[in-house]
Formats: sequence, C-alpha cells, structure tokens
Amino acid sequence: MNLTLLMYLVPSLVMFGCGVYGFLTRKNMIAIMISLELMLNSVDINFVVFNRYLFPDQMDGMFFTLFAIGIAAAETALALAIIINVYRVARKVDINELTKLKF
Amino acid sequence: MESVGNLILYFVVALVIIVCSVLTVTTRQILRSATYLLFVLFATAVIYFQMDYAFLGAVQIAVYAGGIVVLFVFAILLTHQPGKDAHQVESSRRVLGAVAALLGVAVCGYGIFAYANFCKCNLEQLPADKVSIESIGHFLLSTDKFGYLLPFEAISVLLLACIIGGVVIARRR
Repeated sequence: MNLTLLMYLVPSLVMFGCGVYGFLTRKNMIAIMISLELMLNSVDINFVVFNRYLFPDQMDGMFFTLFAIGIAAAETALALAIIINVYRVARKVDINELTKLKF
Repeated sequence: MESVGNLILYFVVALVIIVCSVLTVTTRQILRSATYLLFVLFATAVIYFQMDYAFLGAVQIAVYAGGIVVLFVFAILLTHQPGKDAHQVESSRRVLGAVAALLGVAVCGYGIFAYANFCKCNLEQLPADKVSIESIGHFLLSTDKFGYLLPFEAISVLLLACIIGGVVIARRR
C-alpha cells in the first residue's frame, strides 16, 4: 500500500468542510476566527502536498504556505485586537447582539 | 512501497485531523475548541515533516501552535466567564450550515475522486539541496526566476503595518 496524493487530500477536505460549518453556525466572534484558521490550514496542506507530489524539484507551494502562515498570523492578531476592543466597549462578543453598525 | 512506520504515522495523523476538526466546530466550550485546534495544527506540522519540509513544520509549530493558539486562549480568557457554555445554536441555522458544508465537501470530493489519475503518483525522493535552510534562504532573497524577494519585502511591510495597527487599536484612550 502506497501513500498517494489522494490520501492527503481527504483529511484536508474534511478539515475545510468543518471550517465552513463552524463559520456558518458559530455566533461567537472568536469561534468564527477559529473556524477560519481551520480553513486556512487545510489550504496550506493542499499547497504543500501538491508541490511535493507533482513538482518535487520546485518549491513554489512551500513558499506560498510560508507566506500564507505569516499573513494568517498578522490577520489573526489584528482581528483578535479588534474583538477585544469591541468587548471593552460593548461587553459582548456575539454577532447577534452586536447590531450597532447595522443600517 | 511505503515503510510500515510511515503508514501508521499517516493513519494516526489523518484520524487526529478528522476527529479534532469535527470536535473543534461542535464542542460547546470555546476553550476546548481552541485546544482541539491546537491538536489539528500539530497534526498538520507532522504532515509537513513527513513531506520532508522540516523548515515548514518548524514554522508551523512556532507560529501557529506557539503564537496564534496562545493569542486565542488569551482572547478567550479576556472575553469569557470561565465555565460558561456557548448558547445552543438554533437548529435551522445548524442544518443550513451542515447542508452547505456537506454540499461543498461532496462537490470537491467528487472532483478529487473522479479525476484521481494524477493523484496516483508516488512520493519521489526529494533532491537534498532543495530543502536545506541555505537554499530556502537563497530563494527568499533572490530576484531571479523563482526568487521571492518582492513578496518577502511586501510581507515585511505588511507585518510592520500590522504592528502599528495593533498598537493603535489596543491603546487605551
């Protein structure tokens, strides 16, 4: 039995589906961010695995993942800073209760 | 033919990823959700190590597991009373989310299983000079073909903007 490309795509696909489900159903802003991380992570796996199996003498997928990890870290840090600031002002983090910006 | 240890490692990692990512989005306590996310990220790092990208696995552990999850835990503890569960989501919304997710998984799953011919290829031995830290550094700072100097500089400016933004947002007035 060999480890093929397909066998790595399946867990990544399940991870992405879980991220979509959490993103659509969660109410808490931090939980939504966690689901977003799941989706980003599964895409990273896909980049690396495709690079390694199909183009082993190039490194583009690996560099994409490297940059994606850096950008995801920056984005998460800023989003959590915004969420904590919103909590300081409004004392809530649920998207149902934060309706002040709604037109 | 793959070695037995590699196969066992793969199955353990795949099981951890699938189970823990389902638990991440279904558990009611958000701190547990962050912990399951940590397990998923560690399993991803193991996949990177298995693909011989040791540097990438180290970055994954240092940035994701070491940085982002700690940030999540801090944010959760700052905004939640401990021990309080999240509200039950109304079932219509849950069903809608599940339908959307399953539909997406079904379409993508059909895609990868129907066009699986290119997926049949086996792992080749990686040329040793491709994964050394030295060659990664040369690629990151070169301006030739396959050089990544411009994205490297762009992401450094992005991180600087992020630092300034974080200071401005978090500052008490």
